[in-house]
Amino acid sequence: MSATLPSQTPRTWRRPPRIANPRTRWTLYLGATLYLIWALSSVDIDLPRLLEGLSRATEFFAAALTPDFFTRWSDIRAGILESLTMTVVATAAGIALSVPLGLGAARNLATRPVYLVCRAILAVTRAFHEIILAIMLVAMFGFGPFAGVVTLVVSTIGFLGKLIAEDIEAIQWNSVEAIDSVGASWLQKVVYAVLPQIMPRFIGLSLYRLDINFRESAVIGIVGAGGIGATLTTAFDRYEFEAVSAILILIITTVFVAEYLAGAIRRRVL
Amino acid sequence: MPVEIQGDTRIWRRRDRAASARHFGATLAVAALVVFCAKIISDQTTWEFVGSAPLQGADLAMRMWPPRLSYLTELWGPVIDTIHIATLGTILGVMIASPLAFLAANNTTPSRALVRPVALALLVTSRSVNSIIWALMLVVIFGPGMLSGIIAIALRSVGFCGKLLYEAIEEIDAHTVEAVASTGASRLQVLTFGVIPQIAPAFAGISVYRWDINIREATVLGLVGAGGIGMALQGAIDTLAWSRVSVIFLVILGTVVLSEWVSAKARAAVI
Repeated sequence: MSATLPSQTPRTWRRPPRIANPRTRWTLYLGATLYLIWALSSVDIDLPRLLEGLSRATEFFAAALTPDFFTRWSDIRAGILESLTMTVVATAAGIALSVPLGLGAARNLATRPVYLVCRAILAVTRAFHEIILAIMLVAMFGFGPFAGVVTLVVSTIGFLGKLIAEDIEAIQWNSVEAIDSVGASWLQKVVYAVLPQIMPRFIGLSLYRLDINFRESAVIGIVGAGGIGATLTTAFDRYEFEAVSAILILIITTVFVAEYLAGAIRRRVL
Repeated sequence: MPVEIQGDTRIWRRRDRAASARHFGATLAVAALVVFCAKIISDQTTWEFVGSAPLQGADLAMRMWPPRLSYLTELWGPVIDTIHIATLGTILGVMIASPLAFLAANNTTPSRALVRPVALALLVTSRSVNSIIWALMLVVIFGPGMLSGIIAIALRSVGFCGKLLYEAIEEIDAHTVEAVASTGASRLQVLTFGVIPQIAPAFAGISVYRWDINIREATVLGLVGAGGIGMALQGAIDTLAWSRVSVIFLVILGTVVLSEWVSAKARAAVI
């Protein structure tokens, strides 16, 4: 603690700086400032366009306050239902595939070659953004919800598989040894000693992923992979902000409901 | 633990009869839902296209290979823009999220009945809307370009950073706060000397983590016109220039890997 000399009264306490070395501190401050100036100067602000945007913005907010659920209702309903079905199928398939991959990617359960292969698969599936995956898969499978489902499955695997593997690596090993000592097979060890330990978090993560998948399904439609996103982009392209607002409200409501249901399920199951 | 007795052997079961019936019912209901949804998706799928997918994939890979590396020189500008979008967006997002987090945390909110629910609702709204959707809206307002991207990233980051931050604030040690308050410190002084030092590491960690995510998000914002490398990607896809697309993918992959490495280093340094 830096304090002024003890003979001086009154003594004032000053908080020690977070970075002790003054030279490093000032270099960091200077670097950060220079970077900020560089970054801010590269932002292209087109003033006339911005002013034009302000009128658009008021139009937009006015529309947001008067959502129109009816004019495009059949499109919106079809889109939401498609997003929901995509979410259910993709989450189920994603969970089914991520469990074996997660087991394989856990260092304490799998042999080294299996571990490396599974880790590599998980790393590749996590590397690309959903939208980029969707672009590729739409090019392969054609437009429509199937490409979307595959996209969501791939990103679910990357997300759940990694977290499951990390959970398994953190389990208490004694219960595995206990079951091992009665002569259990590998499968029995997994079913009776490993899975019960990771189950609560696994269920929690799966429900969380269900939620993420719904939100993502609203976005991958923009590149043609089915779901409410397609309806949303059409509405944007036609400047039908009332319909946009209605769709956004429905998405947010669904996410709210999903979060509430997930909470209820978690309380019952865990 | 339910134990079943058959003759003179006792068999251990995980669940008793009623519980296993309920469990079975729930499993069956979920399975039926999944099958039903899969049926709908399958009805809307042109299976010939799916069947030819390996062929299409191979064709695509051939068009993408070899990546036209000469195109790389045109990509530095967009890549730097992408990083700027992520960084400035994160800074702006954290700037909005911090006061919201203090308003949302149980132990620092001025009013639990009034302010807290509003702050929480704002955080959830920010999180439920994907940054691409924010970008779609902002491009309409601000026009295409980096500004829309930065604000889209910021608006999306608010919910994420705000949620993690208010949870960190709720977990702080109340004794320190009491100690500072007992010296007659003002509300602001309690905050700066009692609360902030405790959450500073979490705060820095969360910001860096979000920056890492935002790099990934910023790479695709250009697809809807919000600046960065996504705009180059959109252009290449629209003109079916797949050998350029593959260069862009490689650059995105490199940027993401690099940002993950930087954020891991930075997190190790602050936590």
